[in-house]
Amino acid sequence: MNEMKKAVVTVLGIDRKGIIAHVSNILLHHDANILDINQTVVSEYFNMVLIADISSDACSFSALSDALTKLGQELGLQIRVQRSEIFEAMYRV
Amino acid sequence: MVSTSEILSTLKMIDKQKLDVRTITMGISLFGCVSDDEKRLCDNVYDHITKTAGNLVKVGEEIEREFGVPIVNKRISVTPAALVTGGIKNPVSLARALDRAAREVGVNFIGGYSALVQKGITRADRAVMESIPEALSTTEFLCSSVNVGTTRAGIDMDAVKMMGKIIKETSLRTADRGGLGCAKLVVFTNAVEDNPFMAGAFHGPGEGDSAVSVGVSGPGVVKNALEHVKGEKFDVVAETIKRTAFRITRIGQLVAMEASRRLNVPFGIVDLSLAPTPAVGDSVAAILEEMGLECCGTHGTTAALALLNDAVKKGGVMASSHVGGLSGAFIPVSEDIGMIHAAEKGALTLDKLEAMTCVCSVGLDMIAVPGDTSAETISAIIADESAIGMINNKTVAVRVIPVPGKNVGDSVEFGGLLGYAPIMPIHPFSSSEFVNRGGRIPAPLHSLRN
Repeated sequence: MNEMKKAVVTVLGIDRKGIIAHVSNILLHHDANILDINQTVVSEYFNMVLIADISSDACSFSALSDALTKLGQELGLQIRVQRSEIFEAMYRV
Repeated sequence: MVSTSEILSTLKMIDKQKLDVRTITMGISLFGCVSDDEKRLCDNVYDHITKTAGNLVKVGEEIEREFGVPIVNKRISVTPAALVTGGIKNPVSLARALDRAAREVGVNFIGGYSALVQKGITRADRAVMESIPEALSTTEFLCSSVNVGTTRAGIDMDAVKMMGKIIKETSLRTADRGGLGCAKLVVFTNAVEDNPFMAGAFHGPGEGDSAVSVGVSGPGVVKNALEHVKGEKFDVVAETIKRTAFRITRIGQLVAMEASRRLNVPFGIVDLSLAPTPAVGDSVAAILEEMGLECCGTHGTTAALALLNDAVKKGGVMASSHVGGLSGAFIPVSEDIGMIHAAEKGALTLDKLEAMTCVCSVGLDMIAVPGDTSAETISAIIADESAIGMINNKTVAVRVIPVPGKNVGDSVEFGGLLGYAPIMPIHPFSSSEFVNRGGRIPAPLHSLRN
């Protein structure tokens, strides 16, 4: 069993229908498992932080990243995916 | 797992406060390339660098993409050229080979066209030093440095005298670009062997075959953190900087370890430096002003910088397993929008900068002076700065640019990260007799220990 590799997906932009559906569909397509979602809408601005398990051999980080960036362009949202280690390094000793 | 607010705070640091990793630098030893045949030496060096660093840029970009933090520069440092050119006549051929290798692997700069002459100048050192103007004016990526003093050896004033002339000639040979060649030439005292920052990076003779080192950055993040403690006592200011420096450095450590693993090259060090860029919001001067100074350079600047420099080190040192390089706050005038404005207003002078270099990293950095500044005056500026390094047991550097055809009141544009600079006034009185004495300033006595 590989050590779990986690990715943090952040979505920022104007709220619209189906954002979570689109993002989670891409994650499923790339064999990533959603571990946690935190989402808020503050005066029409949609803000989501999603944590996913990307340990699967079928999950290519660069393909996932490309797909999410493309989705962001299509929906007019800023979507990015980052390995979780960067956040853990900064905030946990 | 980290909280949503911590994740969003990191994204804000990257997007708004220009948090980045300034450089991944691969140090490569050239000792295995030595030959007394010029062509063979150059071929060996080119082949060795392109083979060792072939993946450096690709791996840097992969890490950048996966972790979502910009890695601004990918660079190479090599063994000081004078240590491998003893058997050949014309070291410029090596300069060109280094430049070609840098172009082939796609790095931003390659450093190490260097000589270490703190105690004396060998034939090979002299050949490299004398060829610096030609080397820097006929290459694109090459950076050069010369170490003229150490605390243990004193200051080699013959070398200091030579460097004044070499800087002048380099400036003249690159006059069409505002003397840009001088921006790639650093004169050190107490040079470190593992510095990842340009233009002064070289892979010291005490290093292994290769190493990956990382230079962090993030003046904007520190400035933003201080905006939240307005009016608080200095104790709070220092604590805030330490905490911020810790976070910035942890990113550097993570990137360094990841690069080392992927490149299969040993991890060298993380350099805990606050390196500004000319972009708004990426300024060390702005941090000093946030502490309560109306303009960087006014009274209080040295104290503010001392606190900043020390707190950055204290915060960063626990975040990394190996700290090295220059590690401190940089104050390159042309590369820091706050310093540029302060110099334009006349608040920041060469004399004040000299005082500031006593308490921070590096030295008189990226300072444009009038084009008619004499070689002896430049040597005297180097001698003063070297004395600060020698007596205080710290690394200092001089990177001044006499800008051909320009005078006080003018400014010069170097472009990109090198920024632009107003021409700063220098003292009009001669130091020529002083510099022309030559010889060595003896090593200082630090204490009577026994």
